[in-house]
Amino acid sequence: MEYISLFVKSIFVDNMIFAYFLGMCSYLAVSKNVKTASGLGAAVVFVLLCTLPINYGINKFLANNPFGVDLTFLSFILFIAVIAAFTQLVEMIVEKFAPSLYGSLGIFLPLIAVNCAILGGSLFMQQRDFGNVGEAAVYALGSGIGWFLAIVTLAAIREKLQYSNVSPALKGIGITFITVGLMSIAFMTFMGITI
Amino acid sequence: MNAKLKETLLNPIFKGNPITVLVLGICSALAVTVTMKGALVMMLSVTVVSAVSSLILSILRNTIPSRVRIIVQLVVVSMMVILVDQVLRSFEATYAIDKQLSVYIGLIITNCIVMGRIEAFALGNKPWPSFLDGLANGLGYGLILLTVAFFRELLGSGTLFGVDILGRLGYVPNNLVILPPMALILLGCIVWIQRSIQKDLQEK
Repeated sequence: MEYISLFVKSIFVDNMIFAYFLGMCSYLAVSKNVKTASGLGAAVVFVLLCTLPINYGINKFLANNPFGVDLTFLSFILFIAVIAAFTQLVEMIVEKFAPSLYGSLGIFLPLIAVNCAILGGSLFMQQRDFGNVGEAAVYALGSGIGWFLAIVTLAAIREKLQYSNVSPALKGIGITFITVGLMSIAFMTFMGITI
Repeated sequence: MNAKLKETLLNPIFKGNPITVLVLGICSALAVTVTMKGALVMMLSVTVVSAVSSLILSILRNTIPSRVRIIVQLVVVSMMVILVDQVLRSFEATYAIDKQLSVYIGLIITNCIVMGRIEAFALGNKPWPSFLDGLANGLGYGLILLTVAFFRELLGSGTLFGVDILGRLGYVPNNLVILPPMALILLGCIVWIQRSIQKDLQEK
């Protein structure tokens, strides 16, 4: 039961994009059409789900390590190393098995390594101090799906937005910011729900 | 200082601003702008990390094989972030720095401004201009951060740097401004204003 509530909470209430603005750069840059957006979203879910449990183990090891020294300051560099290695792996897999997806994701695949949502997931995991690795994995899955939903929704809105008559100074990134703001207000309705 | 260096230093602050023009580093820009103090700490941290890592990577630029450059960049940047984080932690109690900020300090590693400027500038230029470029981008980032934080703190809590300003005049704080959506809408308005002034930035 606790897992289900954590899962739902991390998708809607603590949504990576709308509550914490994590992974905004690629979120804004890759959300021009639904197909590419869902490809990137799926890659983010996968990388989050794989790296968070590993980083959970690393974090626990650093906190109670056999050397008797507080090594938690090393967590940043180790987290990012795990993430960078994993992204490289995903990139190689996608290049081999889905060349068309690789072509459309292009430069953004290596950029998952520097996607704030991935490192942010690990850092929130560290800050919230989850009880066991299962909770960390459920949190990763939930926040990944939350990110996926957010990017696909924005991409769908932006596809339609192309046909609307927007003031020239606001066209492009300006109206996108305001759209995301309004979507975020909609997601605010989930706030305060205790599951 | 010659004209080119001056251009390097001034361009990112308004005309080529990393947030409103290049659209980099949005994540932390929005999350830490609830108070002026948070925004100021974040601005200083990003400026230091961006300037020093640009300098280091520019010195190393001819010795790094291009295949592994992302990893090398991440190592240098995360080393700088660890140093900044440790410094901030030692002042945490003295200046009452928000705990939440700690996560966003860690996220400077993946801040696109730092990585983007290293990729685009530091790897192809001499150390001194790279240092200035990193510094200027940090400041340009900070300028937007402080602007957003100014409105959010003033309208959301009626204070500035924790000093009561509007509350004394009988202003009732508007809680909506503190919530995340308002940061995005404010940023949208800043982009709108900037692009109305600089017509060449408008998208077709």
